[in-house]
Amino acid sequence: MSGGRGGRALGVAGAVVLGVIGLAAPAPAAAPPPGALACGGCHPPAPQGAVPSLRGRSADTIVADMRAFRDGARPATVMDRIAKGFSDDETRAIADWLAAAQP
Amino acid sequence: MTRPAPSRTGSPRPSRRAVLAGLGAAALAPAALAAPAVRAAAPARVVVVGGGFAGASCARALAGAGGIAVTLVEPSADYVACPFSNAVIAGLRDLRRQTFEVAALARVPGLAHAPRAAVAVDADARRVRLDDGTQLAYDRLVLAPGIEVRLDAIAGYDAAAAEAMPHAWKAGSQTLALRRQLAAMPDGGVVVIAAPPNPFRCPPGPYERASLIAHFLKTHKPRAKVLILDAKDAFSKQRLFEEAWAARYPGMIEWVSLSFGGRVIEVDAAARTLVTEFGRHRADVANVIPPQRAGPIAAAAGVADASGWCPVDPVTFESRLVPEIHVIGDAAIGGAMPKSAFTANGQALVCAAAVADLLAGRASAEPKLVNTCYSLVAPDAAISIAGVYRPRDGLLAEVAGAGGTSPLGAPEAVRAAEAAYAAAWFETLTRRVYA
Ligand SMILES: Cc1cc2nc3c(=O)[nH]c(=O)nc-3n(C[C@H](O)[C@H](O)[C@H](O)COP(=O)(O)OP(=O)(O)OC[C@H]3O[C@@H](n4cnc5c(N)ncnc54)[C@H](O)[C@@H]3O)c2cc1C
Ligand code: HEC
Repeated sequence: MSGGRGGRALGVAGAVVLGVIGLAAPAPAAAPPPGALACGGCHPPAPQGAVPSLRGRSADTIVADMRAFRDGARPATVMDRIAKGFSDDETRAIADWLAAAQP
Repeated sequence: MTRPAPSRTGSPRPSRRAVLAGLGAAALAPAALAAPAVRAAAPARVVVVGGGFAGASCARALAGAGGIAVTLVEPSADYVACPFSNAVIAGLRDLRRQTFEVAALARVPGLAHAPRAAVAVDADARRVRLDDGTQLAYDRLVLAPGIEVRLDAIAGYDAAAAEAMPHAWKAGSQTLALRRQLAAMPDGGVVVIAAPPNPFRCPPGPYERASLIAHFLKTHKPRAKVLILDAKDAFSKQRLFEEAWAARYPGMIEWVSLSFGGRVIEVDAAARTLVTEFGRHRADVANVIPPQRAGPIAAAAGVADASGWCPVDPVTFESRLVPEIHVIGDAAIGGAMPKSAFTANGQALVCAAAVADLLAGRASAEPKLVNTCYSLVAPDAAISIAGVYRPRDGLLAEVAGAGGTSPLGAPEAVRAAEAAYAAAWFETLTRRVYA
């Protein structure tokens, strides 16, 4: 199981537990893994403007793209510099979350 | 830090829809049904002060988390955004494209807008006082007041001088004042930009401004010049800016560093003169960007330290000085992240998740943040600096091996692509925050 899926499952289970005992606020349905929220700063939720939307991209495609940016196999203006800041595990978790959440 | 393991392993995992529906019903149940000791039955109250990139983003994310009643305190009906305001100054863009309706955020479910300024915080009683006397109770308070432009730092640079020598470091009437002065100045005149010491809002901002003003002058007043008097010996994206200036505006922009007498210590607004440690400079247009500190509510709440900025925890953005108060955006310090709209939005989203976790009694995962600042060096050419950040030794530290600037000597097509990406970033961010 990837880190992203693990985090999501824990978030939901946590909400159930708290809901039962304390009627507390729900946990965010799928807690985004570290760094995932930063992608939406540039990537629009639906196609619009010059930066491609990630809507509809599979997690595997995003992981492959990020690896190519990191290794320099794919030329980029900025994604090379961003992709280098994430490990394989982190990238996989972000890709899983993005593919599921379509933010 | 990681999330705690669920305490009931092995129980069947209900679908997300069922969980949310169940909780929704619980939230609507009459208060009498809840055990008296369990305060969490009522929605938690979070007050967010400031409707800029930081505050508005945070308020929206908190409202979206569910089970939290969010009040956004922001006196202005409209928010005027600074990114791209240098293009307004250079006559390339209308200020209306910078303007976003804060009041419209009240349409977001779970979010109320108080069109007031916060004037005091009672941290023990957990109450914020507004300028009409209203008291707002909170479980958690988020302060996102941006900067105060200091009118006590440069001799003679007071409120009146700021009209004559606009800083234009908050967008709006100051931006338009600087644009008018540029349009009215004689050909052959000198524009002086006084750049501030670190830390300050938007580290590449003064140099983007110099570039776009030079572009304006080259087009309309080709004998005029730009003089930058700097309180620093180095600046963001320096080699890229200098490369662009040499290629695009040869001989038009002169930069005087701190060591060569760049720091402005006094101004005489009536005589349009700036005084440095080494001499006096007469300006036809003077753009004085003074030192800054966190907006005044930060000091009033006791969350600003002697530097004037607010130290915070890098995971939750909770103040190091006062519990249950979080500080995000330009007002916060705590490591290597530059003060930018990109940073403000990113910190806001991380802080919102952490506040929701704290209110629900969950631990928060360590965040990772990104910053990217684009700067226009000409209307259709941009350069950028990026960084990835994570908590380390109690501060947000840059992840080694990532980030950095656009390459030197890149072809024009790369600069043009970055200009298009910069415009797209602004569109996307402002839609996410204000639409
Ligand atoms: C010329 C220029 C160019 C820039 N270009 C870029 C760029 O290209 N990219 C980028 O990322 N960043 C850029 N920036 C930086 C960016 O504008 C700031 O970093 C960003 O606005 C910070 O957001 P904030 O929410 O912390 O503060 P602000 O945007 O200043 O918002 C603070 C809000 O709080 C409100 N407020 C203050 N005190 C109170 C109170 N007591 N009660 C209620 N409300 C209060 C204010 O009215 C204001 O609306 C630029 C800045 C300048 C000056
Ligand atoms: C500063 C803006 C910015 C941020 C932040 C950003 N991206 Fe990008 N992204 C771009 C740009 C611009 C491109 C086009 C390639 C280039 O020039 O770098 C791109 C391209 C991509 C692509 C290829 C898409 C395609 O259709 O070809 C993927 C995948 C991607 N980004 C993923 C991410 C992920 C994941 C994150 C968050 C960790 C992220 N991006 C954060 C600007 C950004």
